[in-house]
Amino acid sequence: MDWMIFKRMVIAGGKNFTRGGAVSAATVLIMTVTLAIIASLIFLSALLTFTLNTITDKVDVSVYFVTTASESDILAVKSQLEKLPQVASVTYTSAADALTAFTARHASDQLTLQALQELGGNPLDASLEVRAKDPTEYESIVNFLEASPALSAGGTSIVDRINYAQNKEVIDRLALAIQATREVGFAVVALFALASILIAFATIRLAIYTAKEEIAVMRLVGASNAYIQGPFIVTGVITGVTAAALVLLLLWPATWYAGARTAGWFGGFNIASYYSGHFALIFSIVLVSSIALGAIASVLAIRKYLKV
Amino acid sequence: MIYFDKVTKLYGDMAALEEVTISVAPKEFVSIVGHSGAGKTTLLKLLLAEERPTAGSVFFESIDINDLPSSALHHYRRKIGMVFQDFRLIPNKTAYENIAFAMEAAGRTDDEIKSDVPYILELVNLADKTAHFPDQLSGGEKQRIAIGRAIINQPELIVADEPTGNLDPINTYEVVEILKKINELGTTVIITTHNKGVVDAIGRRVITIDRGRLVRDDAGGKYIL
Repeated sequence: MDWMIFKRMVIAGGKNFTRGGAVSAATVLIMTVTLAIIASLIFLSALLTFTLNTITDKVDVSVYFVTTASESDILAVKSQLEKLPQVASVTYTSAADALTAFTARHASDQLTLQALQELGGNPLDASLEVRAKDPTEYESIVNFLEASPALSAGGTSIVDRINYAQNKEVIDRLALAIQATREVGFAVVALFALASILIAFATIRLAIYTAKEEIAVMRLVGASNAYIQGPFIVTGVITGVTAAALVLLLLWPATWYAGARTAGWFGGFNIASYYSGHFALIFSIVLVSSIALGAIASVLAIRKYLKV
Repeated sequence: MIYFDKVTKLYGDMAALEEVTISVAPKEFVSIVGHSGAGKTTLLKLLLAEERPTAGSVFFESIDINDLPSSALHHYRRKIGMVFQDFRLIPNKTAYENIAFAMEAAGRTDDEIKSDVPYILELVNLADKTAHFPDQLSGGEKQRIAIGRAIINQPELIVADEPTGNLDPINTYEVVEILKKINELGTTVIITTHNKGVVDAIGRRVITIDRGRLVRDDAGGKYIL
């Protein structure tokens, strides 16, 4: 295609858009709603991921060691665990640290502190808090610990207990819930995205339907299919880009207004911070979606009017 | 120049045209007359390759139109200027742009468009309506714009389907005069009409079609039904 034809298509597409009046305005409006839904789905996905990650982070397994276990033996176990691919992190809490934390936690509980003093020494065990990358991996981590028990110099196991058995049911349920929420969440996102895309397609088809007589005339005066299609595609793209600009603009006050609320409701997820922090990503997704929607819908809609 | 060779066109079981054979020589002015539904418009649609014949062939110069692939139709249609009863102007383009569009579609340069379109607007007496949209023009003005669009690429053939059907007598007279002028300058013109006054004013070859059949071909130019 030479430059002259391209220039004419762009100019004609621009004129179609500006002269389209109510049809152009309605198409932009529907496209704006579609893109707003797509943008909302980005936020929803981020919120879902944030919430699920927060819950996942709260799940861990603690390995308690006998009071006679030496720190070097415990650190050796820690090092072994860290090498496992399914382990996200391992935090060591010494018996002394556990006692300090316990004392601080019960600072106002004189009865408990008095009981602790009467016991004499430090009755608390050192422990390792193991966090898996995925909640479903805890079982394999525990299996690993049980299959290769850490032994002291005397040949006895230094692991006193692992709190997995009593938490297993909760962890399994949580893992299942997280997985289900993730799958359902993304299915809902995909469904809404598809529905809004179909609405935008239908609107553009309707806009082109109103021009079917015009297309017939163009064919009869000898315009090639490409020359007829070009301006409609340009109009579709202009519609999409205008709607994208509107959505990106409107998202600033909308996310600013909702930001503090979402942070309060969803444990720190501030939608305004997310928008400003991921503006380039959201801008790209919304813009590419708008151009693709406008262009593809126009091509598909006009195709049926180009047959002989 | 144009040859319909035993052309039949069926829509379902209904015959719109039956074994019609017509030939039109270059520079002729032919009026095709007949009642509504006689098959006049079908004849023109076959000529423009909007429809394909059920049997027989339509030739334009030496080309069998049936053999033209879809991708070549727009090249073929550029050889023909079309004028319709309902004008068929593009509503969101100005008078200037409607005429220019036919030139753009034919791949003419911007300089050619800038020099030819004002000339044609002058010729159809609408130089003062350049920036008007179709809904700001009268029926006669719209038809003159349509004629301007039809002749802008200097086609070998002008086909006019009931060009005066929506016009008052004064505008009808003007359109007929323009078409006669175009023919005098060497362009073949075929019009369909059921307006006796128009046929008689043209006074050239008249082909009469009745219920899909050619019933009369009269070089004398009289409307007889």
